[in-house]
Amino acid sequence: MSLANSQSFFARCLRSRSFVVGGVITAFLLLCALVSLFWTPGEAFVITVKDRFKGPSLEHWLGTDQFGRDVASMLMTGTQNSITVGVVAVSIGLFAGVALGLYASAKRGWTEELIMRFSDFSFAFPAILSAIMITAILGPGGVNSIIAIGIYNIPVFARLTRGSANAIWTREYVMASRASGKGKFRITVEHILPNILSIIIVQATIQFALAILAEAALSYLGLGTQPPDPSWGRMLNEAQTLMFLQPMQAVYPGAAIALAVFGLNLLGDGLRDVLDPRLSRKR
Amino acid sequence: MLLLDVENLNVDLSTAKGPARAVRNLNIQLEKGETLGIVGESGCGKSMTALALMGLLPDNGTATGAIRLGGENLLDKSEAEMCRIRGNRIAMIFQEPMTSLNPVHTIGRQIMEPLRLHRGLDKKDAMEEVVRLLDRVGIPNPSERVRNYPHQLSGGQRQRVMIALALSCAPDILIADEPTTALDVTIQDQILDLIQTLVEEEGMSLVLISHDLGVIAENTQKVVVMYGGTVVESGNTDKIFDELTHPYTQGLFAAMPKVGMGRNKRLTTIPGTVPDLVNLPKGCTFTDRCPIATDACRDTVPAIQDMSSTHQVACHHMQNAITARETGGLYK
Amino acid sequence: MSVFFVKRFMTLLATLFGASVVIFLVMEILPGDPALVILGVDATPEATAALTKELGLDRPALERYFTWISGLLVGELGNSYAYKVPVTELISGALKITFPLAIMSMALSVILALVIGLYAAAHHNKASDVTLMGISQLGISIPNFWLAVLLVLFFAVNLRWFPPGGFPGWEEGFWPAVRSLVLPAVALATVQGAMLARITRSSVLEVYREDFVRTARAKGVSRQATLWGHVLRNAMIPVLTVMGIQFGNLLVGTVIAENVFHLPGLGSTVLKAINNRDIIVVENVVLLLAAIVVIVNFFVDILYAVVDPRLKAHDI
Repeated sequence: MSLANSQSFFARCLRSRSFVVGGVITAFLLLCALVSLFWTPGEAFVITVKDRFKGPSLEHWLGTDQFGRDVASMLMTGTQNSITVGVVAVSIGLFAGVALGLYASAKRGWTEELIMRFSDFSFAFPAILSAIMITAILGPGGVNSIIAIGIYNIPVFARLTRGSANAIWTREYVMASRASGKGKFRITVEHILPNILSIIIVQATIQFALAILAEAALSYLGLGTQPPDPSWGRMLNEAQTLMFLQPMQAVYPGAAIALAVFGLNLLGDGLRDVLDPRLSRKR
Repeated sequence: MLLLDVENLNVDLSTAKGPARAVRNLNIQLEKGETLGIVGESGCGKSMTALALMGLLPDNGTATGAIRLGGENLLDKSEAEMCRIRGNRIAMIFQEPMTSLNPVHTIGRQIMEPLRLHRGLDKKDAMEEVVRLLDRVGIPNPSERVRNYPHQLSGGQRQRVMIALALSCAPDILIADEPTTALDVTIQDQILDLIQTLVEEEGMSLVLISHDLGVIAENTQKVVVMYGGTVVESGNTDKIFDELTHPYTQGLFAAMPKVGMGRNKRLTTIPGTVPDLVNLPKGCTFTDRCPIATDACRDTVPAIQDMSSTHQVACHHMQNAITARETGGLYK
Repeated sequence: MSVFFVKRFMTLLATLFGASVVIFLVMEILPGDPALVILGVDATPEATAALTKELGLDRPALERYFTWISGLLVGELGNSYAYKVPVTELISGALKITFPLAIMSMALSVILALVIGLYAAAHHNKASDVTLMGISQLGISIPNFWLAVLLVLFFAVNLRWFPPGGFPGWEEGFWPAVRSLVLPAVALATVQGAMLARITRSSVLEVYREDFVRTARAKGVSRQATLWGHVLRNAMIPVLTVMGIQFGNLLVGTVIAENVFHLPGLGSTVLKAINNRDIIVVENVVLLLAAIVVIVNFFVDILYAVVDPRLKAHDI
């Protein structure tokens, strides 16, 4: 990419309002996660019973929970958890799904049929239901819930990849490469993958948001991240039992989840505008 | 009697790149029963003119000037009043018969719609009228075809359905925007003949829009040549084809394949591309592609002048253009 | 139509069969001995063995699979390990809550989506459109269980318009029962409805650009009448697809909503059953949920053919 090209790429990024707002929110979350590795405003893990149910103050920005832990610190530390879940779960789905999709698209015939029927079939089990079943086998826990969400992501990416790849396979330049004797693997790497990359990146952003939602839901149900690791979903679950006493404690973690998902969704929309102008419509 | 009088019509579009004037100072007069051709390349303002006549400009477009139908200015009409005129007094046929019909409704239902809307027919009478109309436009087995969906018809048949639709309320004016461009060559003539016959029988006026000089020459009495949103030449069709004057008209004609032309001879083309409507030259819109343009052309708009009572041209260098035509043409 | 129908029906049966196999296999791998779970950890090996035999768990897997499926066909699902009551009874009890809840939230979400989506499309690029789409962008980001908690805080705890949770049972009368389902239904419908509204809007706008819309306008049909008579039906095609997919999400969403509102529906039943290693309940409930998803999507496919006449021609 030439300099002029990359400049116009950044210019386009900055012109997309969704991209800017989504990018800022996502960057903020990443920053929270990074900072919380070294510093938090209070104690996210240590139980100090005498400090419980404190209201917001300079010392405890958002107050403390029933164990005297600092809520703002727990939220910050929870960011790490959500981002890890998103990255790992999406990576699992991305690599396995894209590989399967590319393979199906290159092979065609019964291989494609088999892979696609299987991914069709997996849609009979909606996300949370499959995750519940998988955590039922593997037992509840953070890692297991990540695996469950990752497995669910595989058919999503497989379908998308196969559909977009099939469209590229019919293009003239791919025909030309085939006619010049290039193998299917080389064509896949040289032509197919680069051409569908932007669609996959956009989808990955959206799946990232969905993964955060799914993990929060699983943790909320007690099947995901286990104590003492802070997780937004579980914080919400714990706060719910004390809803009448401390209503605000049920508000914060949900707001954090919503903010993260909102930011990532916007970033995905913005990326779509920037990476694939054909997909976005002039307003 | 003057049926349609378009006076100083301007169509402005607000685009992402800035304001663009798609049609500038257009004047058209059309008598009852007369046929008029509008010719020009894509993007010259032909279709915008048609849409302005229908009052169907896109949301980012505005028309100023006057479009008088039987003395009443259509630009002053409310949307509700225009709804009573569209499909009733002015009807239109579009370029793409494949996509111009609603895929989820039967063709009978689609033709019935204006009949019930404008002529107030009940369902039964409307259906009988639909069958009669389909028969009229040459669709075989019309009483069965009414139950068909558009995807069950060929392109030519769909264009016939579009014609039946336009014909349904016996409009004063029929606007046909490139009605045959999307069709097979063999079907093109059939459709044009059908339009011609119906126009004569019904006594309608026709506005035929095309990029194809041949189509215009065969089917119209008067012609308007448009370039960059302005009229560069207008007059009686026969007259214009005898005395091509404006450099653009000459170019269009030169670019047309002719019978008996050598197999290896290349078609002449006008150099350059259609102008960007956002950055038009201040003067003559054709300046950038014109072989005889001078600085004067860029700065001042050429007035439209009478060559004769039935032939008008807008060019600063009319005499040079005529001389060039008589000595072998501007484009070689 | 008939070939199309038969083809889709065969796919439906194949998917259901596949689902039953997968669920059975998953339950096979599921760790934990049901007999041990029922009797407690200090049960004697003899007692455990006897119970295993009584439950039929000592027989080969294939045999147990066929027993299960043939039982399904005649409505004999056996007894819950944990509660010693017929599984059919447990499920039908739970369905009395989950089914009305799913229908209520689906109806709410569709109404919400159509009203907002059509209004926004009709006011494309005006302030109201931009505002509605901003709100819907927020709406799809909100976790439904959090919204549920917020609704409880506001409408049940503060305003006391609705009960904060629990279900009085249909015997207590229609209104009290419906009242306890309103908040969970709203929580589920808001998120799904926001997503559907965005899709409705973009689909309507897409169709608005089609040539046949211009034809309709050229016939003299007003803007409003074009929307209802020509645009809507075409725009519904992609919206239907999403509705089908969403129904699945909604159904599973009830698992979470039931948890927030302490409703003894299918969701609570399956969660409890997983904790109790009550395999027989889990496999039947999960299969039921999967079956509902598949069957709903089957009907969506059939509905396509009704909405879009081109489909029949392609598939036959």
